[in-house]
Amino acid sequence: MATDILTTSAPEATAELSQRMGFRRWARELGWRHLIGVIAVVYAGFPIVYVISSSLSEKGTLTGSNALFSQVSLANYTQLGQTRFWEWVGNTVVIASITAIGTVLMGAAAAYAFSRFRFSGRRVGLTTLLIIQMFPQMLAFVAIFLLLIALGNVIPGLGLNSRIALICIYLGGSLGVNTFLMYGFFNTIPRELDEAAKIDGATHTQIYWTIILRLVAPILAVVGLLSFISTFGEFIIARTVLQSEANWTLAVGLYNWVSDLLEANWGLFAAGAVISAIPVLALFLFLQKYIVGGLTAGSVKG
Amino acid sequence: MSTPQPAVVDTATAGSRDGGDAPTKRRPRTADRSHARDFSRGFVVKLVLMAVIDALGVYALFAAWNAEAWGIFAAMAALVLVANWVYFSRRALPLKYILPGLAFLLVFQIYVVAYTGYVAFTNYGDGHNSTKEQAIEALLIQNERRVEGSASYPLTVLADGDDLAFAIRTEDGDVRVGSAEEPLETVDDAVVQGGTVTEVPGYQVLDRQAVLARQNDVTNLRVPISDDPEDGSIRTQDARTGYAYTSTLVYDETADAMTDAATGTVYTPNDRGEFEADSGAKLGVGWRVGVGFENFTTAFSDSRYAQPFFKILLWTFAFAILSVATTFALGLFLAIVFNDERLRGRKVYRTLMILPYAIPGFLAALLWSGMLNRSYGFVNQVLLGGAQIGWLTDPVLAKVAVLGVNLWLGFPYMFLICTGALQSLPGDVLEAAKIDGAGRWRTLRSVTLPLLLVSTAPLLISSFAFNFNNFTLIYMLTGGGPRFADASVPLGHTDILISMVYSVSGIDGTASKNFGLASALSIIIFIIVGVVSAIAFRRTRKLEEIS
Repeated sequence: MATDILTTSAPEATAELSQRMGFRRWARELGWRHLIGVIAVVYAGFPIVYVISSSLSEKGTLTGSNALFSQVSLANYTQLGQTRFWEWVGNTVVIASITAIGTVLMGAAAAYAFSRFRFSGRRVGLTTLLIIQMFPQMLAFVAIFLLLIALGNVIPGLGLNSRIALICIYLGGSLGVNTFLMYGFFNTIPRELDEAAKIDGATHTQIYWTIILRLVAPILAVVGLLSFISTFGEFIIARTVLQSEANWTLAVGLYNWVSDLLEANWGLFAAGAVISAIPVLALFLFLQKYIVGGLTAGSVKG
Repeated sequence: MSTPQPAVVDTATAGSRDGGDAPTKRRPRTADRSHARDFSRGFVVKLVLMAVIDALGVYALFAAWNAEAWGIFAAMAALVLVANWVYFSRRALPLKYILPGLAFLLVFQIYVVAYTGYVAFTNYGDGHNSTKEQAIEALLIQNERRVEGSASYPLTVLADGDDLAFAIRTEDGDVRVGSAEEPLETVDDAVVQGGTVTEVPGYQVLDRQAVLARQNDVTNLRVPISDDPEDGSIRTQDARTGYAYTSTLVYDETADAMTDAATGTVYTPNDRGEFEADSGAKLGVGWRVGVGFENFTTAFSDSRYAQPFFKILLWTFAFAILSVATTFALGLFLAIVFNDERLRGRKVYRTLMILPYAIPGFLAALLWSGMLNRSYGFVNQVLLGGAQIGWLTDPVLAKVAVLGVNLWLGFPYMFLICTGALQSLPGDVLEAAKIDGAGRWRTLRSVTLPLLLVSTAPLLISSFAFNFNNFTLIYMLTGGGPRFADASVPLGHTDILISMVYSVSGIDGTASKNFGLASALSIIIFIIVGVVSAIAFRRTRKLEEIS
């Protein structure tokens, strides 16, 4: 739950200190920090409280949601069952999970090769990846759209409106963004470990699977999670590719709910939003300490 | 399409070794021995995986051959050959690890970026959607008319699942059946009663009721007489009689010209990818041709696009820079406030404060779009006591709202990285500043901030690049609106470049498609983001880390 690596407090010392301090000094040195903390928490938290309250409101309209917790009913949640919401949840979780796993496997393999082998084209390859990283794939959505039309004429399963095609597109964008992050981490694993294993008769694949991957687990978690989160919230490519309502992801589906009829669908949207936020929130809080470490290592929320 | 995970192959070997599989364990293993020459369990697994890949590859090759998609055919062939070479050769060890990712990268990133570059130099879009052959075919079909006195046939409507088909009886008593995709073909074992077809094997004969239910589909159905579009087609108005329709246009391949049989007008191709008559009249369907830098000059000088484009360009920079500045300022401030070890409950504050960061961005944008609603939103109704402030509909306030929402979304991230950076600051430097008599403010300005920027600058610049293309926020919060009052194109005051690309492309069906211009704008964004990132990498010397 907590940001372990950030916190190095010693509770006993703190307690002692506040006893010794007079109220004035406490207010001047610590009290105002609490005040700002409370304001910041309210600022960060009130939209979340609001959406939870709206999701429990019976009326389900935007106006009806303004009085916080005036009613508490699960009507909106049960009503979700009559929509395509759960299909969208399924699509999103499947697409984001497969993308995250694929991203980790492919990124780690490539980073391992770049970190451990010396081969011709290595420098060029790394520099190319660095440059590719600058080009966000989503800018090419027109070309992606056209490519899928062409592919769909040949292999219908990979054309427009295919979830497999969407996963392939996400995987195509994964190497440029993540290899560098992983490469840096792989380099911090001492090479003596591999050499010792090699002398003992291990093959490079054994070294990779049984030694290296276990040591780099933290970065794998970070990359997997960031990939999951960014796929979860990706909109522009998903909307371009997925055309039929049954194939939509949450981002596309919920957008349509809100943009179609803001007034009437609000409660439904709020309930959907609460449910959609839960998996990401849970993952985030669960892996928080890894993420915080990973962020400082150079990644951005997507 | 997918390439094998080399690792999967080798787990099996690794597993068997861990498990103490005696025969494999005792075999000496030297560095130059590869799995390719080693008939172990791993090799078998690899063989099976490669067989699957090859089978899929061969299927795709056949499909591409049938569809005459030569580009896809060549790409597939290359991928399959390279995959086989890599995984069965002992030379390409690093490639075994890189290839899976590389294959996806090549097809779905490098190729699409290159293709974007190509489309940017064409007039691809509505009216110019395809190749010349397809345009000619479409023109012939679109201009089909029922020729007076042309043949008519007794007709029966058939259904094959959801698809409709026609059965007609020719003068010599043959029954011919065809659908939208399949040209007419003679069927021998159809049943004919009283002059009409009553049964065709493999099809269901639609009764009157069913025909009425799908009246539109029936009257729109066009069954080609043969593979050649110039032969025309069979259509029906009443579902009982089919008439032969032929095109009023005739395409002369040697002269490369379209002639209107009714008026005698001759249309020849012009350099814009259209058939044009001497009088200047054009036929509706064109094909895509290269137009050089026209799309780029359109963005900069065509009055319909140039004015919004420059406004949007300016706002995009302002939005990205201000987003980074405001979130960083707030994040840093909070990080400094909470960087006191004596403060109780720091963990709780932190966890609650980073909640916005853990909420998917699209949800936050949609949520705020409701909260900022002019008449019913929470902000106006509750926080401001019923004020009717147009947060999302006033040009200036909409920009403020976009920045405000992005501040809410982004400050926890900055808080996290600033906290991390603050705690890794060397303590002795801060102590030295204190001894030298620097106050709190002076220490912050002259010591802490410069040191902090060293470690956070790359993140700030990637945050800039992210916000430069923060499509989700803009599209979901304001939709780019409020619209420019004076512009003829659907663009607005809060549109950033990427959302302008989306609107211009017409891919969501709200405007006419203009893939060429959209791609040209994409290229412009690529260049801007690329230049900014390049400067960033230079400054942070990230490149030097490649050793």
